[in-house]
Amino acid sequence: MSKTLFDKVWDRHIVSPQTADTPAVLYIDLHLVHEVTSPQAFSEIAARGLPVRRPDRTFATLDHSTPTLPAGADGQRPYFTDAARAQVETLEANCARHGIDLSGWDSDDRGVVHVMGPELGLTQPGMTVVCGDSHTATHGAFGALAFGIGTSEVGHVLATQCLLQNKPKAMRVTVNGRLQPSVSGKDVALAVIARLGFGGGTGYVIEYAGDAVRSLDMEGRMTLCNMSIEAGARAGMIAPDAFTVAWLQGRRHTPKGVAFARAAADWLTLKTDAGAVFDAEIEIDGAAIRPMATWGTTPDAGAPIGAPAPSPRNASDEKALAYMGFTPGEATTAHPVDVVFIGSCTNGRLPDLRAAADVLRGRKVRPGVRMLVVPGSEAVRRDAEAEGLDRVFIDAGAEWRIPGCSMCIAMNGDFVAPGQLAVSTSNRNFEGRQGKGARTILASPATAAASAVTGYLTDPRAYLGHSPHERDRTASESIGGQTPLKQGGAARQPIGANTNV
Amino acid sequence: MSEPFKILTSQAVVLSQANIDTDQIIPARFLTTTTREGLGKAAFHDWRYEDDGSAKPEAVLNRIDPAERRILLAGPNFACGSSREHAPWALVDYGFRAVISTSIADIFTSNALKNGLLPIEVDQAVWDDLAAYPDQPVTIDLEAREIRRGAAAPVAFKVESFARQCLLDGVDPLGWLQARLPAIESYEAARRPETV
Repeated sequence: MSKTLFDKVWDRHIVSPQTADTPAVLYIDLHLVHEVTSPQAFSEIAARGLPVRRPDRTFATLDHSTPTLPAGADGQRPYFTDAARAQVETLEANCARHGIDLSGWDSDDRGVVHVMGPELGLTQPGMTVVCGDSHTATHGAFGALAFGIGTSEVGHVLATQCLLQNKPKAMRVTVNGRLQPSVSGKDVALAVIARLGFGGGTGYVIEYAGDAVRSLDMEGRMTLCNMSIEAGARAGMIAPDAFTVAWLQGRRHTPKGVAFARAAADWLTLKTDAGAVFDAEIEIDGAAIRPMATWGTTPDAGAPIGAPAPSPRNASDEKALAYMGFTPGEATTAHPVDVVFIGSCTNGRLPDLRAAADVLRGRKVRPGVRMLVVPGSEAVRRDAEAEGLDRVFIDAGAEWRIPGCSMCIAMNGDFVAPGQLAVSTSNRNFEGRQGKGARTILASPATAAASAVTGYLTDPRAYLGHSPHERDRTASESIGGQTPLKQGGAARQPIGANTNV
Repeated sequence: MSEPFKILTSQAVVLSQANIDTDQIIPARFLTTTTREGLGKAAFHDWRYEDDGSAKPEAVLNRIDPAERRILLAGPNFACGSSREHAPWALVDYGFRAVISTSIADIFTSNALKNGLLPIEVDQAVWDDLAAYPDQPVTIDLEAREIRRGAAAPVAFKVESFARQCLLDGVDPLGWLQARLPAIESYEAARRPETV
């Protein structure tokens, strides 16, 4: 029988099948843990006297509550609140107690959980991956079945390495055609979500397919899968191909030598069979996608940059436009921007920073605009600094921080002030998401950087075309890149390459 | 783990706005807690309180007695967004035991069911009918899987059968999952190494 990619990964992990009265018991290969959604889960298993069943399949990091300014001269980290410090210390203690590998403050690996997992090679095709975080879908870019869970379920996985799950429905989103060179994974994601609607993916696992998806580099694929939850889908997946295999080879936790070749051969079988049937199919013309930005307070409120704010279709739109301060019919590019944020599990990877730096190189952030650049992990930070990207940002007038979720979720002290308008590469433009009263426009790293230069939401195409360092445009090149060789070449390998064992 | 849920009779609070995300239900700055208790005051915090901490008198959730209105009748795509289980913790601590909407986000549904909070999806016509009479007590009968309001015809609703049993018994599914450990061990032993 023909199977989808999702069917194949699901079927491999069935400990006991779904029945009329009970969900399936699904085995979890990789459990990623961070400080915000885990403390109550550790308390729960402690209260039941249970150990962590598979600490070897459990990896933790510190990202959400952590300051992005370095420790002071006294060695003290500038936590926003005592509660944030206590939460970090709680995870440190829980990991020490249970023998869980924590990429903490003293680790060269620490990073936003969905940036760190792939770059260490923890995430591999065909795996089931969970985390108490809705953006876990990111890992689906490798052909893993990856989804966010609540804290009770974090406890279930800690105690049993399994979850009770009813099988979701399957949707295929096919994006065909050749993407314009300036169109990134983020623009594709915003276009897909605009098409599906905010709740349009609820109950589904999405498989992204088509030439345009294939043409994205792994980071662009991660951005696309990352935002699946913004259409309501718990997971997004992309079938592994030669790009995927090349990207994973040599990373710390991937198999080595003959074992890698065997694993890769297996990974490449993980694709939807011809004739497999989806519960829903959507097709999008990739060639028609333009740089996107949101105008409202839900991630599906996206439109090509320069399009006027729409006439409200309902009370929700009306409320969203009022919150954003946009008038129907008026261009959203006419409003002064106060803050630009580049980072997050959506767009905090090296090609994202390169795309932003390409716009900023030789230019300045407009006076009055605050620009924060937060690398997604220590590895991204090292690689960016080795290329001099930090200097590009600092010379332009931006702040270069240490890794963390930062202004995406605004619980570490990095936030947008009430009423301020931000152009952000993060994933949610909800009311107050980036700080109480903050107004958020979601966009790509290139768009965010161009907006920092002009002080208004700005289509990056003019800026990319005139970059003084044309040859460094690896991010935009790779988006249109056609060969895995380019992805796997020396220039694409630095992440984690120096930490292989 | 939570109080068993068998039958609930209560008035409702109507929050008809679409896409009430979990950042509205509990803003992220309240997530630095390491316990699950006491989050009721953070529920819909920025809808209920001014910057100086004073209660907004016009906020419906400040005007009602939570003990009398244990059903939240919410607009479509309720609790979309983040996976934070703090959302159902906050709603339950505030006083809610059931949420009725035309659509509810997947992760929230899963989280709510583990915390004695019953999420129910209904058709728009049923939602409209309930919203027209928020002050009339509604009975949610989990055993019978139906909603009853006065003399109106009962409305059947769907709830996953295993989650329903856990709610009726007031237990978290972890105990059941633990009892599957022999099967889990067999599964692990049978895995071919190259298929991770």
